[in-house]
Amino acid sequence: MNGTWLDFEKPIVDLERRIEDLRGMATPERAEIVEELKRLERRAERLRRDVYSKLTRWQRVKLARHPRRPYTLDYLRVIAPGFLELHGDRRFGDDPAIISGLTQIEEIPIVLIGHQKGRDTKENIHRNFGMAHPEGYRKALRLMQLAAKLGCPLVTFVDTPGAYPGVGAEERGQSEAIARNLVEMAHLPVPIIAIVIGEGGSGGALAIAVGDVVLMLENSIYSVITPEGCAAILWKDATKAEQAAEALKLTAHDLLELNVIDEVIPEPLGGAHRDPEEMAGRIQSAIVRHVRGLLALPAQELLDRRLEKFLKMGVYLEETGPIPAPAGEG
Amino acid sequence: MSWLKKSKEGLRTPQRKRELPDGLWTKCEDCGEILYQKELERNLWTCTKCSYHFRISARTYLKILLDEESFVERFSEIVSTDPLKFRDTKRYADRLRKAREETGLSEAILVGEGAIEGRPLVIGVMDFSFLGGSLASAAGERIARGILLALETRHPLVLLSSSGGARMFEGILSLMQMAKTNALLARLSDAGVPYISIMTHPTTGGVTASFASVGDVILAEPRALIGFAGPRVIKQTINQELPEGFQRSEFLLAKGMIDRIVHRNELRRTLASLLHFFAAAALLPQKPRRRAGETLARFRAVGGPIASTPPPAPAPGAPLQPVQADSTPGVTAPGVNGAPSPQGTQGPQGPAEAPDEAPGTTPGGSAAFPADREIPIRE
Repeated sequence: MNGTWLDFEKPIVDLERRIEDLRGMATPERAEIVEELKRLERRAERLRRDVYSKLTRWQRVKLARHPRRPYTLDYLRVIAPGFLELHGDRRFGDDPAIISGLTQIEEIPIVLIGHQKGRDTKENIHRNFGMAHPEGYRKALRLMQLAAKLGCPLVTFVDTPGAYPGVGAEERGQSEAIARNLVEMAHLPVPIIAIVIGEGGSGGALAIAVGDVVLMLENSIYSVITPEGCAAILWKDATKAEQAAEALKLTAHDLLELNVIDEVIPEPLGGAHRDPEEMAGRIQSAIVRHVRGLLALPAQELLDRRLEKFLKMGVYLEETGPIPAPAGEG
Repeated sequence: MSWLKKSKEGLRTPQRKRELPDGLWTKCEDCGEILYQKELERNLWTCTKCSYHFRISARTYLKILLDEESFVERFSEIVSTDPLKFRDTKRYADRLRKAREETGLSEAILVGEGAIEGRPLVIGVMDFSFLGGSLASAAGERIARGILLALETRHPLVLLSSSGGARMFEGILSLMQMAKTNALLARLSDAGVPYISIMTHPTTGGVTASFASVGDVILAEPRALIGFAGPRVIKQTINQELPEGFQRSEFLLAKGMIDRIVHRNELRRTLASLLHFFAAAALLPQKPRRRAGETLARFRAVGGPIASTPPPAPAPGAPLQPVQADSTPGVTAPGVNGAPSPQGTQGPQGPAEAPDEAPGTTPGGSAAFPADREIPIRE
């Protein structure tokens, strides 16, 4: 996979390359190289621990958007080699920013929907950087309804900076497309598993993420607004994105604590891009485990639990007297 | 023709300089016409010359739309707190306090019951003056309970929007209110209870992308800005000027996104005729699927957070706790529910206990398949 390394992972990658080079030269009779190799490996270990055990929220944002990060199709190549893509919303067009189709994972027939980013400029123009138009969400809706008709579980991969803000998107009802999916997913009578694999960009992400189970990869993010957008509005300065990322609490761990997601899928050390095969395996096992459990539920129970799950979201006060001053940090 | 423009601007200057006594005259924000305040009020705060609709408060809307004295506010006890301890250049807690002081409102939406020409309805009206009419936990909960109330009473639901979108200060929790409101609207739809959405200036972002856009009937005031992304964001993204009238009610009507544009003067009458039609339809023998009973057997609007398990009885005089909508007995502080158990397992959070389990159902969906691979990871 192409793409550069992030500033904070560069020293680690450089060190790992030096180790690789040395390893080629190390033979038992060249003790000094063997010694040096051991020393470097210890250093790399220390460095990895230092960097990855205390990632800031902003660093996770960068990992979630890493140019080398595996995208939906990269995972499907591993876990769903027989993926049969189906195109078009039957109303306006086919949106390459969202892919959808049929597959079997460990023999279970599954309808799959996911945002798709591009790896290079040409592909990104084609995929619109994973930012869907209304026809993308309507294609997704069509596939959801197909899943309901067939009784198949629905699995969605979320990875978008957000729904596309453009003239055509507005003309064709971007809001309605998203809003409609929120309604339809809420009473779709099949199990739904949503997995945020990279960027969970606001309404554009939520439009395919109303699930019985919502999972996030360890270094993915999910937010009401991009840190840059938030900074531009509240700080009037887009360069304050790092502070905005902290304030928004948008990491997988944050969302688990806020009861918005059900589980964090751990990534290989350094991020999913350091070992995409391993990451795909972990995603596959999470999908299979949850799908099996949800398939055992009667449809009405499934729907009631899904409704209950989303009704619980939010933190507010319930007060009968005068409104108290909200407690903030000092 | 720049000289013409310039001289026109020059001509306007004295008008701008004229100081108008407050409360007697108001200048139209659109055409500049000087309007006699009393006249403006009689015309429901719309310009008598150009029909410009002035922004009005939620209370004013209720007065305009509902039968006199018919409004009974509900769920006003649900108010915002500061779950993320959000701070930018100011603290969210301070912004909330200020918004309450300045508007006299407790949230960005008023929800309640009322009547139009004697026909009962459940109504929610957003107020833009409260933090831009933004949608966050408390507003979402009020709307959710309003929808449940409509399910319970089978009275039509009317939601009037005026909002900049989801409230950033509550982060992802604000986004989730979109899923929450629309999940209940799905049940309302299943139950065959009608829902009318009214969009006023402006209705954008998360509100347009959730409940406002899925009304059985969608009405909009003239020239209201309605859209997903704001015009500024779109302009920056595509780097060109936006077409004239883009994202205004008239544009949405032409694109097939709304049913009708209704002048504020006609709003009450339009609602009345819709309610009249719905009432007539309700008397017909053929009914759509009615699943309200199934939902209501498990969820209810009053008596605490919406949950299928009864909430713990609050101790009299107990200090106020932030209510996590999930009222697991003994757990009230936010965040606690998501923390891993001492055993270190971190399965998905199922309901504390499976309520009303039908005989023969597999117990505890999520709890029935604990994590085998995923190990708890924490920062």
